[in-house]
Amino acid sequence: MTARERIAANVANYVDERTGAAKWLKKNLNKVFPDHWSFMLGEVALYSFIILLLSGTFLTFWFDPSMREVEYEGSYLPLKDVKMSAAYASTLHISFDVRGGLLMRQIHHWAALIFMAAIVVHLLRVFFTGAFRKPREFNWIIGVGLLTLGIVEGFLGYSLPDDLLSGTGIRIAEAIIQAIPVVGTYLAFFVFGGPFPGEVFIPRIYIVHVLLLPGIFLALITVHLMLVWYQKHTQYPGPGRTEKNVVGYRLMPVYMAKAGGFFFIVFGITAFLGAVASINPIWLYGPYTPGQISAGSQPDWYMGWLDGLVRMAPPIETHAFGYTISWNILIPGLIIPGIIFTAMALYPFIESWMTGDKKEHHLLERPRNNPNRTAIGAMSLTFMLVSLINGGNDLIATHFHLSINQIMWGTRIGILLLPPLAFVITKRICLSLQRADRESVLHGKETGRLMMLPHGEFVEVHEPLTAEQKWTLTQHEQQGPLQIEAEDARGVRNPKSIRAKLQNRMSKAATETIAKPTAEQVKELESGHH
Amino acid sequence: MSDEKSLAPLSDPGLPAHKYRKSDIDQKAAKRAEQQVAILFLLSAIGTLLVVYSYIFIPVDSFIFLPIMGEQNAHQLFLGLGLAMALFFIGAGAVHWAKTLMPDHEEIDERKPMRSKDEDRDAFVETVRERAADSGIARRPLIKRSLALALGLVGVSPILLLRDLGPLPKDSLEKTSWATGTYLVTDPGDRKIKASDLEVGAVAQVLPELAPGKKRKLEDIGKDAVLLIRLRPEEFQLDAERLSWTHQGIIAFSKICSHMGCAVALYEQGTKHLLCPCHQSTFDVTRAAKVIFGPAARPLPQLAITVDNEGYLIAKQPFTEAVGPSFWERSS
Amino acid sequence: MRFISRFRKHRFATPVLLLVALSSIGFTFSVATAATVNSKSQAETSALIAEGQKLFLAGCSSCHGLNAEGGGLAPSLIGVGAASVDFQVGTGRMPMADMSQQAMRKKPVYNEEQVAALAAYVASLAPGPAAISNEELTWERDGNIAEGGELFRTNCAMCHNFAGQGGALTQGKYAPTLMGVEPKHIYEAMITGPQSMPVFSDKTITPEEKLSIIKWIKAAEQEKNLGGATLGRVGPVTEGLLAWTFGLGLLIGIAVWLTSKAR
Repeated sequence: MTARERIAANVANYVDERTGAAKWLKKNLNKVFPDHWSFMLGEVALYSFIILLLSGTFLTFWFDPSMREVEYEGSYLPLKDVKMSAAYASTLHISFDVRGGLLMRQIHHWAALIFMAAIVVHLLRVFFTGAFRKPREFNWIIGVGLLTLGIVEGFLGYSLPDDLLSGTGIRIAEAIIQAIPVVGTYLAFFVFGGPFPGEVFIPRIYIVHVLLLPGIFLALITVHLMLVWYQKHTQYPGPGRTEKNVVGYRLMPVYMAKAGGFFFIVFGITAFLGAVASINPIWLYGPYTPGQISAGSQPDWYMGWLDGLVRMAPPIETHAFGYTISWNILIPGLIIPGIIFTAMALYPFIESWMTGDKKEHHLLERPRNNPNRTAIGAMSLTFMLVSLINGGNDLIATHFHLSINQIMWGTRIGILLLPPLAFVITKRICLSLQRADRESVLHGKETGRLMMLPHGEFVEVHEPLTAEQKWTLTQHEQQGPLQIEAEDARGVRNPKSIRAKLQNRMSKAATETIAKPTAEQVKELESGHH
Repeated sequence: MSDEKSLAPLSDPGLPAHKYRKSDIDQKAAKRAEQQVAILFLLSAIGTLLVVYSYIFIPVDSFIFLPIMGEQNAHQLFLGLGLAMALFFIGAGAVHWAKTLMPDHEEIDERKPMRSKDEDRDAFVETVRERAADSGIARRPLIKRSLALALGLVGVSPILLLRDLGPLPKDSLEKTSWATGTYLVTDPGDRKIKASDLEVGAVAQVLPELAPGKKRKLEDIGKDAVLLIRLRPEEFQLDAERLSWTHQGIIAFSKICSHMGCAVALYEQGTKHLLCPCHQSTFDVTRAAKVIFGPAARPLPQLAITVDNEGYLIAKQPFTEAVGPSFWERSS
Repeated sequence: MRFISRFRKHRFATPVLLLVALSSIGFTFSVATAATVNSKSQAETSALIAEGQKLFLAGCSSCHGLNAEGGGLAPSLIGVGAASVDFQVGTGRMPMADMSQQAMRKKPVYNEEQVAALAAYVASLAPGPAAISNEELTWERDGNIAEGGELFRTNCAMCHNFAGQGGALTQGKYAPTLMGVEPKHIYEAMITGPQSMPVFSDKTITPEEKLSIIKWIKAAEQEKNLGGATLGRVGPVTEGLLAWTFGLGLLIGIAVWLTSKAR
């Protein structure tokens, strides 16, 4: 035993005698994680969150969350002696009078944008591969919660500097609160401590941004990761990978080195962006006052779709009995987002209801093998993209010499037409891909090489797939549609017959597939060829 | 075709044979990989040195010209690049190490189904039932009901305590600082304006004159901001009342958007349209700011103006409706 | 006359006389020359106007009418003043290259003298705002940059964006970028209100305040990149694009490298 080994043994002994953790630690340090690039997307989000905690803590040392009016005396001359809030002045101070302050501000903001982007692509990966299926529905719901909180947290952080752009954003948020029927006006007055903008809003959202929401984040992320740990990670199908095992690398040392290293890589790239690309140059925006505005006022990208929806909303307001309901704000600002996020959170249950699938799943599905789900995903994504485009319609107009009116009408029509179209097209594409899979399993891959047969006919040489490839393309389970009887054998109608019919129909749509080749068919063809 | 055998899937060939890496079989390759990892870690150390150097020796107001990017602040740039290097190369080194030198044999862990064994589940259900019976909650409805009442009510306190977050709105959304005879003054500058000061086609951003000694609050600007526009009087298509609210072709609108409260001040002289830059609601100035495009549902409130004896513009009367975005209690 | 005769004998008489004589000659001469300059400038002005009219008839009258009275294609120029001409022609907006679009800034067709001639001709039709030269605008000395920023954000940013980069208007029209525009053209635009832009009267934004605005715009134009590449100074849209493409794109690329097997 070398000296180093002795020290290690002593440490292990010390810890175990006080925690009894030896067995647990041994098991978990040996834990196997499957390796795939798409499994790193959630990690990008996690690491961005840590970067946000670190850089955000740095910023709090100087940030003054106060709307007290001050005259700017710092080193940025174009704003000298301008009246502004202490929050804005201290943000300028961080940017220009604290060395590295601007870098940290920019790292914080870039990390926030990447955090949200990583959450979204992580969510898409989980969705399109069916990783949310039983037993992982809870983790999916937590994920949707994290996404929602991330949007709120990001918006609040963007609002803290109290510059002209963020103030405009708060103004719009206030209008949304105010539009809530019956209690909206009261809610707005409670949130802002009186009429907009008041003097308490920044300190209030500050504590929410730096304490309340990060606390909830930490708790939810912990549960999210514990569930991943406990349920073990899903894996892509392939030879040797089954529902009953996990194939990958041990936590220690490979996964520790890779995951730990990846944290530094994410931080490094965020720092690189912070060094070379300006983000949120609040000194150019100027301090907020309700009488000023800038052309091209947009929110950060994760709110852009919401702004795009609000822009394209029809101008409808109801005035009745002396009260007002602003549909033009409620529909795009609260109702549609509410429906989207609720449907997203409930999707695992909806899908399981449609397909009648109540089994546990640990092998991921290839998106093409579940055409209905993939089409639903493509449809939702199209909806979001069209809204997002309209959220930047003014910039698109000036950069591509279009008219905002044209883009607005284009997206108004597009938001109704394109998502269903995306659904249909995606479903067709998935089914043709399945057909192509079937072909290549049965007849091999096209090689493009031509061969002349003895009697002069030319045929293309098809290279047979390896056993591994064939397995990967055929291992998935194909479940037929549900057959819930609307009537029993004696012709008595099932009391739940309408629901049963609906469920049958849904399940037929949800399980539509091209039959995969069976072992017998493959064998037949193989013997025929030779 | 429907019998079990003909539908049987292909069989799983199992994990493919392990392929060894160069560094597994070639000592030289392993040595090379080791050196590469070390170089990556050294690059990180150099990055930290760059951070220290930039922090201490590069003045905060020095600039450096870079192609494409233009003049950059050198302090911020090199501080950030150093930090990026210091962090990135630690990660790159660790990953390279893991990939080339750490074991890359794929391991297999068994997975147990989440569902517990049936006897465990039954035992659990039994335990819960027994313990619940021990508490006696089912047998003592008085306790059950009074507890439900108490728990139901206890949430009232925190909600009640939040009441003082803000005052009640009362009619404050309906009111602005504009009153009969209030002077229109420039924003910024606070100078009174004569009707003759504005040419046809001119605009002016105005606020109500402040009483001496009073300070202008943002929440006042948020309701009081007004835009003055001068047209040729014959260009108006207004009813008699609204026309009487203008003065020699000068018309005044609340600048706070009737949709979501942004400042609507993009006035297009050619088309006589006002555009809100937030959501592109477009208002026709000649028709009392009627909405002609976008999500806004109401025209911008018009402020009736006239002049005093010396020709300075004043408000003829306060706004006749609430300015800004809609709210539940708004009556029209 | 006794006074003079007595004076004549004074010992200073000769030099004083000489001085008076000399200065009177000088005075007369200067008056005379002044008069000639004046009349000459009038002649020059009319020549300039004539020259301008010639240019106008050749290059502008097809749309604006033979007497600048306007037509179906273009507005009347009577009363728009020299400032308007100096702005429109001096920035290359006029003559328009493509009538279907908004007149945009391009390389001027006419040189400075020709612009002055056109301006003189249009100014001779009816009084209007006078053209101004860059030298007359003492914005560097008299402007206040912070005040200019306030004024800019209240009066200009809603169309031209917070950093003067321009923005969209309705139906494909746009507010152009203010970067690289000559101070006199900024000034003239404010007093004449070209195309979609409204007029900013001297009483609501005083000439001094206009100088402050120019100073702020020039400072924004020359502002070095304090935090790195500017990304166009158009707000969060380009930032989001970069976060997705470069930020997340690169990270995904690295994730692919990280999870691939070493050879």
